[in-house]
Amino acid sequence: MPSMMNEAMIRAVDVHKHFGPVEVLKGVSLDVGKGEVIAVIGPSGSGKSTFLRCLIHLETVHRGTIEIEGEKLVSTDAGGHCHYVAEPDIRRICGKMGMVFQHFNLFPHLTVLQNVIEAPITVKGVRRDEIVPKAEALLRKVGLFEKRDAYPSRLSGGQKQRVAIARALAMEPDIMLFDEPTSALDPELTGEVLRTMRELAEEHMTMVVVTHEMAFAREVASRVVFMDEGNIVEARPARELFASPQHPRTRAFLENML
Amino acid sequence: MNYVFDILPPLLHGTGVTLQVFCITLVLSVPLGLALALLRISRFRLVSNLVNGYIWLMRGTPLMLQMLFIYFALPFVPVVGIRLPDFPSAIVAFVLNYAAYFAEIFRAGIQSIDRGQYEGARVLGLTYAQTMRRIVLPQVVKRILPPISNETITLVKDTSLIYVLAMNDLLRAARGIVQRDFTTTPFVVAATFYLIMTLVLTYGFQRLEKKYAVYDE
Repeated sequence: MPSMMNEAMIRAVDVHKHFGPVEVLKGVSLDVGKGEVIAVIGPSGSGKSTFLRCLIHLETVHRGTIEIEGEKLVSTDAGGHCHYVAEPDIRRICGKMGMVFQHFNLFPHLTVLQNVIEAPITVKGVRRDEIVPKAEALLRKVGLFEKRDAYPSRLSGGQKQRVAIARALAMEPDIMLFDEPTSALDPELTGEVLRTMRELAEEHMTMVVVTHEMAFAREVASRVVFMDEGNIVEARPARELFASPQHPRTRAFLENML
Repeated sequence: MNYVFDILPPLLHGTGVTLQVFCITLVLSVPLGLALALLRISRFRLVSNLVNGYIWLMRGTPLMLQMLFIYFALPFVPVVGIRLPDFPSAIVAFVLNYAAYFAEIFRAGIQSIDRGQYEGARVLGLTYAQTMRRIVLPQVVKRILPPISNETITLVKDTSLIYVLAMNDLLRAARGIVQRDFTTTPFVVAATFYLIMTLVLTYGFQRLEKKYAVYDE
């Protein structure tokens, strides 16, 4: 059920992807509307992370179309040939999205503040004295202002992930992608990261979150997408999907998780 | 003791030659090694294979032979053949040889950086060149300091090979005096000089390692 309420921030149509002979995505289609929070759930190996990575061109698709805010990233012609736009356009289009990884991928040789200001300075050419106050405001927002001169190795997993979120936000993305942001964290640290994400959702950030946190999916997501074996099995408003899953595979998965 | 002072001038002169070869080689071979490493990991197979072959050639034959070849045989090679005086011949051989070793150190360092660092940089919009310069190479430097230090200390001592082109480096100067005066004291003095040079290097690299120890990975 595509979102009818407003323009699509992300439009993915019939996305196919294989690693060698293994088909990971078998024709995935999804529209994400402005301000929507999409939770993508499903068993491991269902292709949900790969799908997310295709959206921001960390993986190339083999067939299908992806549009970000109405701009084509990749399209497929009638002959089944896949065409990506030129590299500078890829960079510009993917620049509308920020991404947070399971393993944070902070830069260990840079302090917390340096991690946040690196891309705005290097990529956008923003002046240092201009970006530092913004970066400090973001760090305050994620509750890590006092850690701004610490190196990442001094932080807990939850703190690292909140820095990673601040770092992504410093590029002022319209869309945030989260790839299992709490899966590498100790259980008692997931709460602080989920709280930050919830605040982001309340500010109407468009978000796609691959997650195993069912409570987060139920309470924060506007829609939940259930993926299995490279397909979207069900995509419905969170409450509906959790209350009455339509597909037996969804039901089996949820019974296992809850 | 007076004898030691008497033989100091020629030995100091030899040390000067040694230091010249050392410094020029280091300054030229490190950047060349980095460039070779980047070409070696290039996704263009031909480029990568050519560099691979070059490294094999340079590490697979003696440095002394390379020096002799450039001095004596290069002038007779068609097209590229040029005649170089002794000092430039030695420098060319040293730079080409050490660049191959440095290239392998850089390559190992670059490939030891987690793929997540590239992905983290990419989703922030950094180009490949920016990722290398700002994210990957600064981390590589920390990791490769110990092997670079090793190679650098070896270079100090390898400079003694230039005697085959009849240049008066520290060791050859010492040997000349030994043969003239029938005493081994010059060898002891030369050894002391080598030890002082490597001590300075060891200390310098320790300082660098400390500097990079401000962050853990």
